[in-house]
Amino acid sequence: METESITKPKSNKEKLHISGAEAVVKILLQEQINVVFGYPGGAIMPVYDSLYDEQESIHHVLARHEQGAIHAAQGYARVSGKPGVCLATSGPGATNLITGIADAQIDSTPLVCITGQVPSSLLGSDAFQETDIIGISMPVTKWNYQVTEASEIPGALAKAFYIAKSGRPGPVLIDITKDAQFQMLDFEYEKCTQVRSYKPKPELDLSNIEKAAELINQAERPFVLFGQGVILANAEQEFKTFIEKTGIPSAWTILGLSALETDHPLNVGMLGMHGNYGPNLLTNECDVLIAVGMRFDDRVTGNLDKYAKQAKVIHLEIDPAEIDKNVKAAIPVLGDVKTTLPLLTEKVKANSHEQWLHRFNECTEIEHEKVIDEELNPGSEVLTMGEVIHIINKYTGGDAVIVTDVGQHQMVACRYAKFSKSKSNITSGGLGTMGFGLPAAIGAKLGALDRTVIAVIGDGGFQMTIQELATIYQTKAKVKVLLLNNEFLGMVRQWQQLFFDKRYSATEMINPDFQTIVRGFHIPTEKVSERSLLEPAIKEFLEYDGAYFLEVMVGKENNVFPMVPSGAGVSEIRLE
Amino acid sequence: MEKQEFTITVYTENHVGLLHRISIIFTKRKVNIESITASDSERDGIHRYTIAITETEEIVAKIVKQIEKQVEVLKAVYYKNKEVVQQELALYKIPTESLTDGLEIERIVRQHNARFLTIEKNFVVIEKSGFRRETKALFDDLEPFGINEFVRSGRIAVSREEFGIGEEVKKMTT
Repeated sequence: METESITKPKSNKEKLHISGAEAVVKILLQEQINVVFGYPGGAIMPVYDSLYDEQESIHHVLARHEQGAIHAAQGYARVSGKPGVCLATSGPGATNLITGIADAQIDSTPLVCITGQVPSSLLGSDAFQETDIIGISMPVTKWNYQVTEASEIPGALAKAFYIAKSGRPGPVLIDITKDAQFQMLDFEYEKCTQVRSYKPKPELDLSNIEKAAELINQAERPFVLFGQGVILANAEQEFKTFIEKTGIPSAWTILGLSALETDHPLNVGMLGMHGNYGPNLLTNECDVLIAVGMRFDDRVTGNLDKYAKQAKVIHLEIDPAEIDKNVKAAIPVLGDVKTTLPLLTEKVKANSHEQWLHRFNECTEIEHEKVIDEELNPGSEVLTMGEVIHIINKYTGGDAVIVTDVGQHQMVACRYAKFSKSKSNITSGGLGTMGFGLPAAIGAKLGALDRTVIAVIGDGGFQMTIQELATIYQTKAKVKVLLLNNEFLGMVRQWQQLFFDKRYSATEMINPDFQTIVRGFHIPTEKVSERSLLEPAIKEFLEYDGAYFLEVMVGKENNVFPMVPSGAGVSEIRLE
Repeated sequence: MEKQEFTITVYTENHVGLLHRISIIFTKRKVNIESITASDSERDGIHRYTIAITETEEIVAKIVKQIEKQVEVLKAVYYKNKEVVQQELALYKIPTESLTDGLEIERIVRQHNARFLTIEKNFVVIEKSGFRRETKALFDDLEPFGINEFVRSGRIAVSREEFGIGEEVKKMTT
């Protein structure tokens, strides 16, 4: 039968006779994986035993919860562009990965998760620590596979790495029964370069590129929206060349943030619910909307019935399933933007849109007056999240990696942090996973050792994965943890204030003393609640050679504006 | 957009778990699958799913793209009723004693182009293939005689094109 099998045909080469577990470790080395994140347990013990022999080559980061391990793997992958590898045992170990897998799936992060499974003879018997992780993870993985024979390991892992990284990246899970880890095999490894049923990059349609160029050339008020597709394709330069030649104002999704430096004259800011005023308002005034590697998430579009109805949409996208999913594309340009952008740049005429760009600048002025100036230089005594980020910018110059958790502080950090390099904004965008920030920052630091990595976290999310402070202590990762403490689940409270008659149901946080807690993890700490002490504290926070925890007490009931209320159109954006 | 009947054809690798992976895409949107049939295809080792749903074309188009995106799916396509030749198969088990009441049952079976599969001491099994309305019509005619068991298969369908998407699948797998 002509099926595509996981087990490769055997060649005549001299083969190593090793166990499945040893094969797993050898494959990690061949895939140039030198950091893995995980947590041991019964069903994955053979693999951990093999890792023991390779401690020099593979740094295993012991998280304090599997969710911490996988978020760290995500942070590592996002900052380095390499796949994050995560190990966990069967049952609860595997199920604890699910939130991170779902997060990686929706944010297109390449991950290879390897889980142990009960011995194959016990499958389906409700054995100790057995869960159907293949079934459970199926809706949130790009691909998954259960290995029950050691001979399947090389083929399955080769495919896993290839699928995780190629095309639109995503998480892959390989579940290996314990007996397959012990079983011996004749080891031979070849990297996977294609899977016949899988097309990582769609075929180019040059005629659509031609049509897109024509439309762009005729446009009077063209507007570019860019997303993570630019970063995942390593197409930052190609993107910049395209917008600079055409002179088109460009706004970003939060996952596209840092693909174009913040200070670029054509960078007009952030899209979406808490994005900038101009990009939201003028989405409904542009005549041609050029979406580059983004998927029109509902947090970007608001009410679709009121979204850019006047505009012709050109959608540059690698995933055919994203075309027309949310917003109908007049001209879909399928392909990797690394390939399609230069083809498009070639065909568009050099142009500038001074007047149109000026509209964005006018909106920025309005936003400054109504929101930004007060946020960054508050008149009141209460500290704002924005002013903290503003001071950080002053000292990092935009060179730091900013990792955020989820909530108000995330929106503020994305709005106000400056970026000069790509792959520098690590956040849980699609899934909105509270608890992502701290572990993701550990992974990001290990993926970018030469860079300053700052985790910006709220007091809610911090307590969801606070145990990972121990991982910081154990790995000595020089992560800067900035806690913006408003003693509330701030974003939910903001919605309660605006849309639920200030009925603050279950959003007030009676918090522990974070200073004492963090000191217990042997991490230096500081707490600030007065403006005069803020800047020196931030200076010390950034200059200290090692992990550091800075807690800033910010206004309890500050809100993030502008805001496109849920159900409203983007041009109904509220400034107050 | 009006909901209507669609037939989705999916060519896949013959791997464990694919049925689940495909059905999840419907579950996610809370779309009910009316029937699903998995079988061999004209290509050795390639499986073919035939899925019947009633939905708007907009949703069906999105679902089909999300199915085709799955790593082990070779090709997925949807058809309107007029674009396919389709059949379902039904089996009816009725008491043998109803045959002794004269020629009525034999007349019904002939009239419906059905046939007796087996005649046992206590029951007979009648087989009928056709459209849903045809198997239903036979059901209605047999019901007065008492139906011990009834079962109908999922829809199977081939396109009204000469080759359908089979040609593309052939290219991908040779």
